[in-house]
Amino acid sequence: MKILVTAKRVVDYNVNIRVLADQSGVDLNNVKMSVNPFDEIAIEEAVRLKEAGKAEEVIVVSVGVSQCQEQLRTALALGADRGILVETDEALQPLGIAKALKAVIDKEAPGLIITGKQAIDGDNSQTGQMLAALAGLAQATFASEIDLGEDSATVTREIDGGLETITVKLPAIVTTDLRLNEPRYASLPNIMKAKKKPIDIFTPADLGVDVSPRVKTLKVEPPAERAAGIKVESVEVLVDKLRNEAKVIS
Amino acid sequence: MSVLVIAEHDQNNIKVQTQVAVAAAKAIGGDIHILVAGQNCQGAADAAAKVEGVQKVLLADHENYGHALAEELSNLIVSVAEGYSHILTVATTSGKNYMPRVAALLDVSQISEIVSVESEDTFKRPIYAGNAIATVQSSDAVKVLTVRGTAYDPVSAEGGSATIEAVDAPAAMGVSSWVREDVVALERPELTAASIIVSGGRGMQNGENFAMLESVADKLGAAIGASRAAVDAGFVPNDMQVGQTGKIVAPDLYIAVGISGAIQHLAGMKDSKVIVAINKDEDAPIFQVADYGLVADLFKAVPELDSML
Ligand SMILES: Cc1cc2nc3c(=O)[nH]c(=O)nc-3n(C[C@H](O)[C@H](O)[C@H](O)COP(=O)(O)OP(=O)(O)OC[C@H]3O[C@@H](n4cnc5c(N)ncnc54)[C@H](O)[C@@H]3O)c2cc1C
Repeated sequence: MKILVTAKRVVDYNVNIRVLADQSGVDLNNVKMSVNPFDEIAIEEAVRLKEAGKAEEVIVVSVGVSQCQEQLRTALALGADRGILVETDEALQPLGIAKALKAVIDKEAPGLIITGKQAIDGDNSQTGQMLAALAGLAQATFASEIDLGEDSATVTREIDGGLETITVKLPAIVTTDLRLNEPRYASLPNIMKAKKKPIDIFTPADLGVDVSPRVKTLKVEPPAERAAGIKVESVEVLVDKLRNEAKVIS
Repeated sequence: MSVLVIAEHDQNNIKVQTQVAVAAAKAIGGDIHILVAGQNCQGAADAAAKVEGVQKVLLADHENYGHALAEELSNLIVSVAEGYSHILTVATTSGKNYMPRVAALLDVSQISEIVSVESEDTFKRPIYAGNAIATVQSSDAVKVLTVRGTAYDPVSAEGGSATIEAVDAPAAMGVSSWVREDVVALERPELTAASIIVSGGRGMQNGENFAMLESVADKLGAAIGASRAAVDAGFVPNDMQVGQTGKIVAPDLYIAVGISGAIQHLAGMKDSKVIVAINKDEDAPIFQVADYGLVADLFKAVPELDSML
């Protein structure tokens, strides 16, 4: 079967983001961009499934600006076979991304689709679920284990109280949680090889989808600052402060 | 305007998150209805009917909903959605699972994890692990929302006298099925509901050492949390993780022990009222958000703290 995975271009998780003074958004100038860490886990899982002989091809998709090709190359270096970019300069929101991905699924007919459970920029946690709804498919979100069969997959999910296991009919959408796997680093030869792997580019119009935003961002502000605290020199002082100053323990 | 709140419940009773969602619904305004979907969940519906400020409870008691499978639940919600201006639940792992499906089926956006209602169409929500707060306005006909569990104080579970109306279950999609659940029985308050949390990080070194934190937590009536590093290292189970991708908490007191304070961890706890950090590295970023910082070896400081409580 084919496995389709996603690679969103996001600000690298190590970057301390800065809110723009005019409150229009966060500063993306000269900021390191990377594959969303949860998508990296999705790519790794798909590549492992291929290595285990359970899939023939891993296709990676990114929706966004032309530079998303960098993230597709990263995914190809990690073992994906080919890339698809749905290129647009539109300010993308999960529903639009899900519609673009749905159109790609219709073309490619993968047996399994793996996406990150959330992207670390918008922190929305919507795209995989929306894609499943639009495609009329089953979903298994927040996966920490995937047991892929011929017609179904058994997935362990991270839920608030612990873990839940469900079985989904294929094709299905799985979204990855952190503990699904630990992604590999791309080796130099694989980075070189990735340069020769194909990337197809479509526009949303080519695919007949409308990705225009429905939600308007009125402003973006830094969070409320915490007042500076103090260092206490001993446990005794700490307990005294908690009891008598902060009054949070008795 | 009328708001449909989707209940979190355990079939017999509603969970406190339902009252948080109702609090957010009150902030939006208009009538408030609650949908209780489950199997043998009359108890939860009766409890929902008593929640302050609720006019009507929709009850879908059917085998399709016993395990809150996203496909079935979202189809049900869409089948009753007509007439509501807002559909809302709390951003638990369950709400996060089905709600985006509801939005997509209605061809509208979802606004995730709102922390405040500014008006009926404008909301605030954290982005970039809480390092920025966006004010967003929706132009969709129906607003599909999840609210962060710490954003509103729950309304009272008493005082309401809503009517209960049974609703029909749409045909099952039948593409997913529940196999089992491994849920740890809680001896302590739930993380997201606790007023005090004692959290351990990689500095704890192993799972056995968490016993030190348990002893402190028992004396304080506290819940126990952890950093991702502690969870990944297998010291404690995953549902104890606090942070951007774990639980978001805002207790009265958060005690971080052997946690460095990575932005992803801070994202989950920096709205706590009082933060205490115990760390042997005086430059650890956790001290930048701590009201009281103690630079010390935790293996000395925690037993000492324990003995003073
Ligand atoms: C996409 C993504 C999502 C993430 N989500 C989360 C999340 O939700 N939650 C989360 O927590 N992390 C998350 N992380 C991981 C995060 O970046 C950090 O790696 C993690 O929080 C570090 O955990 P820690 O503070 O326990 O470990 P470390 O950073 O290793 O810190 C250990 C601390 O213990 C102190 N210490 C050691 N020994 C002692 C001693 N004897 N006495 C006192 N102090 C001691 C050290 O000085 C150090 O400060 C995420 C990362 C990514 C990439």
